[in-house]
Parts: sequence; structure tokens; C-alpha cells
Amino acid sequence: MTGLLLIILSSVFFPGIILRIKSIASGRKGPGIMQPVKDIIVLFRKNNVFSDTSSLIFQIAPAVGLTAVLCSSLLIPFADKPALINFDSDFVYFSYILALGKFFMIIAALDTGSGFEGMGANREALFSMITEPAFFILLGTFSMLTGYTSFSDIFTQFYMSDSDFVMIFSLIGVYILIQIAMIENSRFPVDDPKTHLELTMIHEVMILDNSGFDKALIHITTYLKFAVYGSLIYNISVPAGWNIYLQLLLFAVVQALFASTVGILESFRARNRMRKNPDFILTLTAISIVAFVVVIIIRGKMI
Amino acid sequence: MQNLLLTGIFLSFFIFFIPKNMKYWYTLLLLLTHILISSIWAAESIFYLSSPVSITIIPDILNYDFSLHIDKLSGFFLIVINFTSLMGFIYAYKYLEPYKRIKFELSFSIHYFSYLWLYLSMILVVCIQDGPAFIIMWEIMALSSFMLVIFNAENRTIMKTGINYLIQMHIGMIFILIAFLIAEKDSNILGFRSLDIYFSEHMNFPLFVIFFLGFGLKAGFIPLHTWLPQAHPAAPSHVSAVMSGVMIKMGIYGIMRVTASLHNDLFSIGIFVLSVSLISGVLGVMMAITQHDLKKLLAYHSIENIGIIGIGVGIGIIGTSQNMTLLSVLGYSGALLHVLNHSLFKSLLFFCAGSVLHSTKTKDVEQLGGLIKKMPYTAALFLFGSLSICGLPPFNGFISEYLIYSGMFKSLANTDLYMSFILVASITGLTLIGGLALFCFTKAFGVTFLGQPRSGKTKTAKEVSTVMLVPGFMILIVILLIGLASSIFTGPILLIVTETFNLSGLQNNFDDVRNSITKINVTGLIFIITVALIYYVRRVVLKTKIVTYGPTWGCGYTAGNSRHQYTSTSFADNFTLLAKPILRTTKSMESIGGENLFPESAVFRSKNHDIFKDFIIEYPKEFILKVLKKIAVMQTGQINHYILYAFLFILGALLLTYFKLI
Repeated sequence: MTGLLLIILSSVFFPGIILRIKSIASGRKGPGIMQPVKDIIVLFRKNNVFSDTSSLIFQIAPAVGLTAVLCSSLLIPFADKPALINFDSDFVYFSYILALGKFFMIIAALDTGSGFEGMGANREALFSMITEPAFFILLGTFSMLTGYTSFSDIFTQFYMSDSDFVMIFSLIGVYILIQIAMIENSRFPVDDPKTHLELTMIHEVMILDNSGFDKALIHITTYLKFAVYGSLIYNISVPAGWNIYLQLLLFAVVQALFASTVGILESFRARNRMRKNPDFILTLTAISIVAFVVVIIIRGKMI
Repeated sequence: MQNLLLTGIFLSFFIFFIPKNMKYWYTLLLLLTHILISSIWAAESIFYLSSPVSITIIPDILNYDFSLHIDKLSGFFLIVINFTSLMGFIYAYKYLEPYKRIKFELSFSIHYFSYLWLYLSMILVVCIQDGPAFIIMWEIMALSSFMLVIFNAENRTIMKTGINYLIQMHIGMIFILIAFLIAEKDSNILGFRSLDIYFSEHMNFPLFVIFFLGFGLKAGFIPLHTWLPQAHPAAPSHVSAVMSGVMIKMGIYGIMRVTASLHNDLFSIGIFVLSVSLISGVLGVMMAITQHDLKKLLAYHSIENIGIIGIGVGIGIIGTSQNMTLLSVLGYSGALLHVLNHSLFKSLLFFCAGSVLHSTKTKDVEQLGGLIKKMPYTAALFLFGSLSICGLPPFNGFISEYLIYSGMFKSLANTDLYMSFILVASITGLTLIGGLALFCFTKAFGVTFLGQPRSGKTKTAKEVSTVMLVPGFMILIVILLIGLASSIFTGPILLIVTETFNLSGLQNNFDDVRNSITKINVTGLIFIITVALIYYVRRVVLKTKIVTYGPTWGCGYTAGNSRHQYTSTSFADNFTLLAKPILRTTKSMESIGGENLFPESAVFRSKNHDIFKDFIIEYPKEFILKVLKKIAVMQTGQINHYILYAFLFILGALLLTYFKLI
């Protein structure tokens, strides 16, 4: 339960921190930390415009997307407290339920019959498809390292295994999860939420026709997704056995650091050319395979 | 009851003499009777009896033991066959109606007769252990399905496809026959019973491969799949549904039956099955993405799903070889459940594709679009079918894939080097298949049912009649039942697997699996309730707001039309670019103007290749034709030459005998 509440709480501040960091980095005064939340409140109050072409799919997709992320967050533990729902190989469920959300967002984009949105949809479909192996191999590596197969067990046991090497995996895990989070949320270097040209967009171009309530739901989905991945990153970077108050503090710090990383990356890095994205994403799979091989070596299987 | 079956077989011939408007009902009656009988057998064998049900049909004919032998595995397949065949026949009632005006009565008689016999041969295939009887049933299955495929034989390509199918099925049958003959050597029994004896004394791998070639041709493993993407689109949709849903599973049944008797070489056999399945799975879905014929796309997806089933079987065999019983049980169970799942969602999807074809007269998705407004129920069914086939929770496809995944992840911790790599390769393969399926079905659903119509074909489209929707909704109920109350199905399946493959002594771990499955179901329910809740809140909120409708946002361009939409080809474009080394998509473009003085219309073409078809069928065919053309020099047409040939032949035979060479 704590895990879920913390995810929801941190998702409130997450986008604000990114925004602040970006303002500071570009030397602007910028909006306050609560601005994204205020934007969402404004969106909830706005009237809706729908395309004549769209159907029920377009109306229900934002709800499905949001629910998918909420369901995925039920599986995330916090510290040594197991998640609300935990079972063997629950990360398979985690990944597939997020995919369900994506499925609906993609068909909702196609529902409008717009060429631009079709373009975003097929990019989203391709990139999320080639991101998945990296996540699965990483979790396979973790379950091999710890001997357990659910998020809750893996994270509780993570720092109890060979303590000399566990830092390496923690680092690799953090790196890969940050990148996956960036891709899943359509951020740098794969996508740029602030781009002004529809032809170079991915996620933003998919939701061109959404307005009001639906748009608010979509924004909430993105922020929650960030917080979910932040929570995963926290779980592999901090041992589960530590004092609970310290954990709470560290959770805030890790989420803030993650948000700042996103902000800093977006301020100082150029985005990839669209053609380069598949290579970039497949590199993640390669890195997770390397991690996997390293686990095999340290577990003494390769002699 | 066995007499009833015999009577039914006898009565089936009367289909030809029944009045035209009663034919359908007569066939339905026969079908229902047999479904009832065989379902009772299946239920007995799965739930009540510990030993297989044995039924003698014809006592002691030619000293052959022509008796039905229904164990738990047969019982499971019986249920799968029964359900899908019944749904298919209900769907056929209205689907065939437009043909009533243009076709003779005889073609309907043949069609119904073949359908009934396809059904009968399938239930007999899974019940018969004896070799000759099995081969006869296998042959009847091929022949009746051939007759069903060529229902529209006046179309020459369909006839050609049918012949191609028939030839390939016979090649498969020859492999099975050879394998049975080899296995007969020690025991003098022709049939599955001989396998135990043969396998315990000889090397298992070679014989298994021969069996695999035979059964794999039916199942459609790559590279034995080339008949499949041709035959399925050619057949009427209810036939495609039955063929893809259950008939190709007869191959899987055969492989499982053989696997159950294996004694040694398990590891290499497992690797063999696993690698073929991984290739089938990944390549099947990759080739599916580039298709724009809706039924062909679904046919390629059958190959993918056969791949997933094969991955389950493969890791099942490997698990047995490594004494990892849990991996084995979960692999086989996942495979078996996926057999059921695939029979459900694939037949559902074929029904929907059939309804689209029925209503718009085209199955080319490039000409469709916006059908959700005209055919909302078909669209909803297709959507649910797509979600299930992608393996997304809370639908049934996820449960079977989860079983396979969880077996692999659980075994990952305690294995040696090779096993770790095998498991990670399989996990990666399965993940890729999942992602690609998602890509493919967002495309298929989006392009067919969403957006604006891409041609005039959809103008006259309207929702199909209720009779055609009923099978779909019944299948959907079962899909949701498996997805949300999985234990009803996983429990018996675990039982079937442990008994068929002799894996037992793991009761504790099953509780683990059951526990996980229950939690998945609970999460599924939470998901559905939350979606409903959010959607309800949204409706309430929107009621207080002003909702306006307008054209789709065109980014400032106001003259957008339906031709500006993404098409099937353009949606798959970034993928085909990435997969070019494998798919070899070729594009050609003639731009406006060109060398002419006045501009002409621009043309863009893209063509996809099935490289296996090219290498296994097309190139050898061309080679043989080339050789035969050269040999045709001998065919002079002059009688004296032919007499010379005969003389040379006799002379050669004489000489060879003289030197005792023959």
C-alpha cells in the first residue's frame, strides 16, 4: 500500500521538478513546481472537442491507459514491504499491462484518421516493441541473481546476495531503467515533448486530438509512469532492510534525482534522429545481455 | 453409444439426398449428436476416470484393433475440436447464404459433407492409437479439408492453392507413415503403442525428426508452413477458422503424443523443437506485419502461435531432460492452454475477417477503414480477439504465455550455463513475439476498423446478421472466462500434463502456480472495474461540459482527406525498414512526370517475400522446370525415336543382368 501511495504522491511533484530544472538550466525564471498540476486542473475544467472521425475507442483509450499504469503500480513494493499484489513473475504482468495501455493509445491515434497521428502511432508501436526485450532480460538477470521472480522478493533479496558485485548490477539496472523510462514516456533522446514540428514527434503527435478531460488523464498517465519507474529505480538502488524513515527520505531524494536527471538530460542533450532511435534502443538490450553474462560469470556457471 | 457413432457415419451420406433447405439442419443435427457423444467421452476421461476410456467400434476387422482410446490428452483435444467446429458451423449458416444464388445444390452437399467429415476425422485422429486407422483418418482429414478449401473452385488461383495444399499434406502423411513403419521394427505394432518400445531401445532423435516433419507440416512450423498462408485466405471463413483454430493443432497433438513416449536424446530434441518454434514464432509474426490481406495476416499469425505452442513443448522436453519438473510442467501446460486459447481467438478473428469480407466484398485492408461505425459488434469482437492474441491481460492469451514465462523465469536461477542461455534466448524470443504481435494487431484493427474509409468498398457495408455474431460472442465469453477465472482451466490442464507426460510429485509448486493465477485474475478484475469507474466519472464530468464535434486536427491544413491517412503499408514501413535483411521487402516507385511531356499518375508498389517459400518451393520448382525442359529434347514426337528408346532400355536391362549388376 505504501508503495502505491508514494508513487501517486511523487507523481504530483515529478513533472514540476523536471520543469524547474529545465528553467534553471536555461536561465529562465520559469513556472513554479506545482505548475503541471495546475495545468491538469485547468484541463479538467475545459470543454471537449472531438473529431467526427473518432469512435468509442478514442473516448475509452485514455481511461484504459491510466488504469494500466495504476494496475502496474500495484505490483511495485516499497522497502521491505511487499507490494499490494505480488506473485511469481509479476514483472511479466507489469510489462504486459503497460503494453495494454499502449495498445489502446495507439489505436486511439489511428481512430482519428489523421496522417500525423498514424505516424506517431507506428513509431510508438515500433519503439515500445524493441524496448521490451531489454526489460525482460534485465529482470531475468535479477531473478537469476537473487533466485526469486517477483518484484517484491527480488528487491528484498537484492542486497543480500553477493555484496561485492551487487553495486554493479544496481548501476546497470538504474541505467537501463532510466533509459526505458525515458523511452516509455517519450522523452529525450528518443522523443522531445516540447518539439514544435509534428513530423518529428512521437507521443505528442498521437494525442493531437485529445482535449479537456482526456488530455488531463493522458498527462496523469505519463506522470504516474515516471513515478512507477522512479520507484523501481529506488528499489534497486537502496537496500530494503534500512530504517523506514530513512527509506522515506531516500525515496524522495531518488525520485527528485531521477526527475532532475530527466531535466538535465533534456536541457543539455540533442535528441536522436528518428532513424537512429532503433539502434539506440537496441543498445539497451545489448547492455542487459552483458549484465546477464556477468551474472553467469559471478555465479560460477561459466567454468 | 459406439453404435451411435457408426450410425452417424452411415447417416452422413444422406446429406446428398436431403432437400436443399434441410441440408444445413440435417448436418447440424449429425454434428451436434457427435459433439454430444465425444464431449461425454472427453469429460469422462478428464474428470472422472483415472484410466483412459476405451471404445470398440468395429470388433476385429482384419485383425486390426480399430478401437477408440481416449486418455486425458485426447479428451482435451476433443473439447477444443468440438467447440470450434460447432461455432464454425453456426457461423456458416449465414456466411454461405450469398452463395446459394450462384452455386449448385451439389456444391453445398459436398461442402456440408466435407465439413462433417473433417470434424469426424479430427475427433477420430485424437482417439485412435492404431497406425493404419490413424493414417486413414489423417488422410480423410486432408481430403475433406481440401474439399472445403476449394469451395470457390471456379476461381483458378483457389483451385491451384487447393492442389498445393493437397500435395503438401500428402508429403506430410508419407513422413508419418515412414516414421510408423520404422517404429514397427521391434514390436510389430503399427501405431503409437509401438513408440514406447522403439524409443526405449533406439536413438530417439532421428525418428522424432521424421515425425516432426510429418506433423509439423500440418501444424505449419517454419519452414514447413508454405501451404498455410495460401490455403487459409482461399478457404471460406468458417473453414479457415476451423482449419486454423483446430486442424493445424492436430499436428501439435501428434507431436505431443510422440513426445510423451520419448526415452532418450531429450535434450537435443528439446533444442530442436525450441529453435524451430522460436524461428516460427518470430518470423511468422514478422511476415504477418507486412501483409495487407486480412486473412493472410491471420494465417501468418497462426504460424506465430504454433511457434508459441512449440516453445512451450520445447522447454517442456528440455525440462524433462534436465530433471526440472516444474519447467516441464509449466512449459507443457502453457502449450496446451495456448492450443485452447489459439483455437478460440483465432477462430473469432477469422469470423470477424469473414464478416468484413461478407459485408464489403474485400479483405484488402488498404481499401477498408472506418468500419467500426458501420459494424460496431464485429469491430468489438475483432478488438477483443486482437487483445487476446497479443497476450495482453486480462484476456486468455496472457494466461498461457504467463505459464510459459513463469516456468522459464523460475528455472533461471538454478540452471547451468547452457540452460541459462537457452532460457534467456526463449524469453527474448517470446517477448519479441509479444511486441511484434502488438504492432501487427494495432495495425490490423486500426487500419480496418478505425479512421476514415479508404475506398468506396465500405459504403454499402452494414453489420452482419445476428447468427454470424453469436459464435463470436460465445467465444468471447469463453475467452473472458479463461482470462478472469483461469483456475477452472489451468487445474485440469495441469492434471492432463502430469498424467500424459508422467510428471508428478510437485503438488506444492502447483499451489504456487494456482496462487499466482488467482492473483492475476484478481488484478484483471481490478483493472476492468477501474476502467469502468474512470469511464463513468468521465461521462458524468463531460455531461457538465460543452462537447463539440469537428474535423480531425490537420495541423493547419484544412483540405485533408481519407487518402492522407496512414495505410497498412505505411504503418509497417518503419518496421520493414528495420527488418529488411529478413523480409526483403522491395519497393518501386514511378514518380509523376518521369520522361513524359505531361505528368501521369504516380505509382508506388511494395512487395513482400516469404523467403522460405522462395527457397523451398519456388527456386527448386524453377530448377526442376529448367531441367525438365532440357530433358524434353527427347520428346521428339517421332515414333521411330520412341521405339529406339524402348530398344535401348531393353538392351540396358539385358546388359546389366548379364553382368549381374541388377
